[in-house]
Parts: sequence; structure tokens; C-alpha cells
Amino acid sequence: MATAVESRPAAPAKGSSKGAGMSEGQKKTWWAVADLVVLLYALVPVLWILSLSFKTTDTITDGNFFPRSWTLDNYAQIFQIGLFTAALRNSIGIALISTVLAVVIGTMAAYAIARLDFPGKKVLVGVSLLIAMFPQISLVSPLFDIFRGIGIFDTWLGLILPYITFALPLAIYTLSAFFREIPWELEKAAKMDGATPLQAFRSVIVPLAAPGVFTTAILVFIFCWNDFLFAISLTSTSRSQTATVAIANFTGASQFAEPTGSIAAAAVLLTIPIIVFVLFFQRRIVAGLTSGAVKG
Amino acid sequence: MADIVLDHVYKRYPDGTLGADDVNIEIADGEFIILVGPSGCGKSTTLNMIAGLEDISDGELRIGGQRMNERAPKDRDIAMVFQSYALYPHMTVRENMAFPLKLAKVDKAEIDRKVTDAAKILDLTQHLDRKPANMSGGQRQRVAMGRAIVRSPKAFLMDEPLSNLDAKLRVQMRTMVSKLQQRLETTTVYVTHDQTEAMTLGDRIVVMRSGVVQQIGSPQHLYDHPANLFVAGFIGSPAMNFLPARLENDSLRTALGDLALSDQVRQTLSSSGAERDVIVGIRPEHFEDAALIEEGIRHQGSTFSAQVDVLESMGSDKFAYFTIEEQATSDELAELAADAGTADVPGGDAGQLVTRLSAASGASEGQSVDVWVDTSKLQVFDPKNGKNLTASEAAPATV
Repeated sequence: MATAVESRPAAPAKGSSKGAGMSEGQKKTWWAVADLVVLLYALVPVLWILSLSFKTTDTITDGNFFPRSWTLDNYAQIFQIGLFTAALRNSIGIALISTVLAVVIGTMAAYAIARLDFPGKKVLVGVSLLIAMFPQISLVSPLFDIFRGIGIFDTWLGLILPYITFALPLAIYTLSAFFREIPWELEKAAKMDGATPLQAFRSVIVPLAAPGVFTTAILVFIFCWNDFLFAISLTSTSRSQTATVAIANFTGASQFAEPTGSIAAAAVLLTIPIIVFVLFFQRRIVAGLTSGAVKG
Repeated sequence: MADIVLDHVYKRYPDGTLGADDVNIEIADGEFIILVGPSGCGKSTTLNMIAGLEDISDGELRIGGQRMNERAPKDRDIAMVFQSYALYPHMTVRENMAFPLKLAKVDKAEIDRKVTDAAKILDLTQHLDRKPANMSGGQRQRVAMGRAIVRSPKAFLMDEPLSNLDAKLRVQMRTMVSKLQQRLETTTVYVTHDQTEAMTLGDRIVVMRSGVVQQIGSPQHLYDHPANLFVAGFIGSPAMNFLPARLENDSLRTALGDLALSDQVRQTLSSSGAERDVIVGIRPEHFEDAALIEEGIRHQGSTFSAQVDVLESMGSDKFAYFTIEEQATSDELAELAADAGTADVPGGDAGQLVTRLSAASGASEGQSVDVWVDTSKLQVFDPKNGKNLTASEAAPATV
């Protein structure tokens, strides 16, 4: 308390000398610089990978940011193996199915949590949070055993199940926050207008929750797409191996050669679906969609 | 179109409180009825029970003679207008208004025709393809009305539909609602906490207080013959003046002096017992500048003189405020003051007498003036239970 009182006279003097000294233009410049730093920090590794993927085998270790000699061999190579194409197909299929299922189930669960009062609601929310916090690595061995026992080891289902399990808490949390934002009176109005609860949900609540649903879909898709731990532990053949695992299994021309170029090319390819997915859904994430529903 | 009957309806909440306590209302076909009362009086609960948005704990709700208790809102064929309008923001005005028809599986041409008609009535034709977000409060309000009327339901329920509008627009919309109801002749139940809205709109008013219906009657009846202190204090603006008084023989001893009772008042009171403490209620307009009262009429009332605290000249009338030492106290009056917020105002309504004098009155601030009271219009209340002792005629209308 005493220090706060003492420091008070000093604070405005400091603030005024700095704040008044900076014009609107200078402020903008500083923000631009800060943005640029953050952008570079995030993008340089990506650009580095991109650069590596275009380098020829003999220049790959030269340390130049811009490749001296350009080549598309690395890309051609990974598709020649065949293994990677199958893995890419597995990745897309598994991630999409998991995303759709997690979002559909999550939407319904989140709606119930946001709107209804039922016994055990707090427990349900708590348990779903617990699942999200559970270390995945500790589940790998039991899942391996169980899945082999029931015969879903090395299948799509064997990956979709754990993905949904871990994506659901995320989906439920994000979506219930969105549902709470939707005025309850809209639902009452729909009921009065003659809608069944399902009709009200489908034609009033879901369109309004769409931004939330798409945001959740993006997050869940990225989670499934990027997973390596479950994918490497619960698969063994190209039947269900995903792209992340396929990259790890790349081998060079001889056992002494590192397949750096191929890995870089595959990594670049792997980010493309995510960028497409985000760009596609970003257009639908329209902020303030609910404005105009109720006054205020 | 149908009548609505609430037959000994109760709403009990899990914690045991009563949202509605033995509510009995018979609403005739085509009637415009207002549920009014301070916040928390159970008016919205009652409306929601009619709508089906809240369960009825006990009693029966009949619409058009059929029991509705167990029916879902969508099967009751009633439309509701919400305080917040509750428009679907992702739909255009046209889609908003067509929504109930689409759910009812009306064919497209018919929907178009009905929406166009409703839009014409509500002056929304040029806005049909806009989204609610781009509209003003008044326009949104009209869309909400439109969504209710397209379906030609059995009844309209309106939950404070005008309270989100600014004062001027509210008066305009009030007239519009009134005209609309007359034109469509649909049974309407309208909830408001604004007594002016209640007085101007309704065929009949239901005054509620903590879940209990206080009185049902036409606006004029409630104004002239309030069943109890609560109704008397709630209906009318400025509110009725309440003074503690002692009933002795044929006169009332009050802070304004002894008020002689008119024959009519005396007759009703004589049966109610002998000397006792009462609360007397006098409406502001039952006072007049004594100088303006003709000799012949003067004996019909009493005259007192007092110093004017504040004088508000409205052009057509003058409101003169006087201070009185004693103040009537009762639970009902305390609740009304709390609801109006006057309890928080320093000096508020406490010990204040409001009189409405003719514009011709020579009264001026700080000066003493002779004021005449029309004693035939006095209302005498029992301070214990708030009952109106003078309103014998009001008895049949009370439930």
C-alpha cells in the first residue's frame, strides 16, 4: 500500500513524457514493427522447410536460405514410394470422420450443458475436462492391448475412437461457450412459432452457432491431423498409417543418407490441407452473427 | 380465436415459493386483457403458463374450451411477442415472418400472400428483405408483431412488447397495437409493468401482486373503485394520496382537518364498524382551489388551507405539492414505493400531498392557499389488510 502511494506522483510524469511524445503515426510504426517480428518468428521455420523441400540432394546442407538450384525431385520422390499417398488418404479420411463425429456429438452435448439442467451435469463437465487433461502417453499401451484384443488394431476405427475421445472435451467446451451466447428467447420464440425442439435446434440454434461449430471443427481437425502418438502406436501397415507416421518412416537412398529433402517436401504437403481447411471455414466465421436478435 | 380460462391455476417452484397463487381469470373471445403489476408479481409467469413455456403446477388452463396443461406450446395455436423481440438474426424479415407458416407446412403461394398482407398492415413492405440487425428498434418490434399475426392464431400473448422502445415511439406503438387488436379481433393477453399502458390499452386489467390477483376490471372501474390499497396506489398517475385518519362518528379526522363524510360514503362505512383507524385515499384531481368552487357545491366537500411547497404548471392544470406531517404506512404502500423507486429518493413521496388544481388557480409557491376536497370521492381503506371499505360495488368484480 505504502509503495503504491509513494510511486503515484512519479507515474503520471513518466506516462505523459512518453505518451505525449508519441504521435499517432509513430504508434502505428511501432505496431507494424511488433507485428513483423511476431510474423517472422512464426514463419521463418516454415519458410526454411519450404526452402529445404526445393533443394537438390547435394545442396541441402549448404545452409543457404534461398536454394542455389531448384528441384521438384523431393516431391516426385515421396509420391513414387506409394506409401505416402496411402498415408495421406488415411490421414484425410480419419481426420475428417473424427472431426464430423466429434462436432456432431459435441454440439448436442454442449447444447445440453448450456441449456438444460439435469442431474450429474457438473460431473459430466468435470469428467470431460479430466479426459482432456489425461496424459495420452499413459493410454497408449492399454489401448494397444485392448485394440489388438478386439481386433481394431491397425484400422481407421482404431484411430478415430481415441481421436473423438480427446477431441470431444475441446469441442464441448468451445461449443457450450457459443451456445451460452445465443439468447434463450429465440428458442422460446421458435417453440411458440410451432417448432418441435428438434426443429428449433436445427433451424434456429444451429445456424446461429455456426461460427462456433466451424471454429471447433478447425481445432478438432488440426488436432487429429497433427497427431503422431496414437498414429504410430496403434497402426502398423499402410492400411491405416497416417501421413505423420509415414514421414517418420521415410528412408534415404542408402542407410547412410538422411531423407531430409523428402521429409521437408512431405511436411509442406501436410500443412496444405490445414491451410485450405482454415481458409474455407474462415469465411463462415462471421463475428456478431447474433446481433439484431434481441435489443442491446 | 378463442376464449382463455385460467381455473384455480398455481405455479409452485421447487423451493416452495408461489409464482402464481390461485389465479382465476376468464378472458372472453376477442378481449384485450392486461396483466399488470410490479416486477416479480407473477404476471410474466402467468403469461408463460398460458404460452406453455412454464408448467402449470395445479389447476387448469383452457383455450377455446379445451384443456391445455399438457400440450406443447406449438400445439396451443397461440403467438407470442417477446420483450426482446426475439427475431431470428440469420433470417430476413420475410423469412422471420414466414417461419411459423413454414413450420405449419402452408404452401408457398399462401405464405407469400400472408406475409405480404401482414407487411402491408405493419408498414414493413420495403423492409422485407433486410436482416433484423440493420433495423431500428421500432421496426424490429413491428417484425415481431408481424411474425405473430401471420398465422392468425387463437390468441396473442405479449410480454412487455413496448418496454424496450424510447418514450415517444412507445406512445406511437401503443396506438398501433390497439388498432391492430381492434382490427384482428384476436384475444390478446398483454403483460406490462407500466400502468399507463395498462389503462390505455386494455378492455380489462388484471392487477397482480406476489402471485395473487388483486382485482380484475375495466380501467375506469379499477381507477374509481380500487379493491384495496395496492390497486389504488398502483393505478393512476400521479398516484393517489394516502393519509392516516381516524373514523369518528360521521367524519374523518386527518392531517388536513376533519373531513365530513358524504351520505353515500357514510352508508357504506356504517356497516363496517365503529370508531377506528383507517387510511383515506384521495386522488389528486379531487382537490381544487377553493376560490374556484361555487358556493353551492362547496358544502359537498371540506376545505383546508396549507402552504404550497412546489407548484408545477402543466398548462392545462397545475400540480400543487404540500407537506403533511403524518404518513400512512402499510405493506402494500411500502411495496409500491419500493417498486417505483421512490423509497430511495430522499424525501421522496414521504409525507407529500399531490393535488391537481385548475389552471385558473391563483396558487403560487410558498404562498398559502385554500384547497377544497371533494369528500364524496374519498376512498377509505382498512390499514390492516388494505381492503377498500368504501368500495361495496367493487366486490363482485374482485376475485
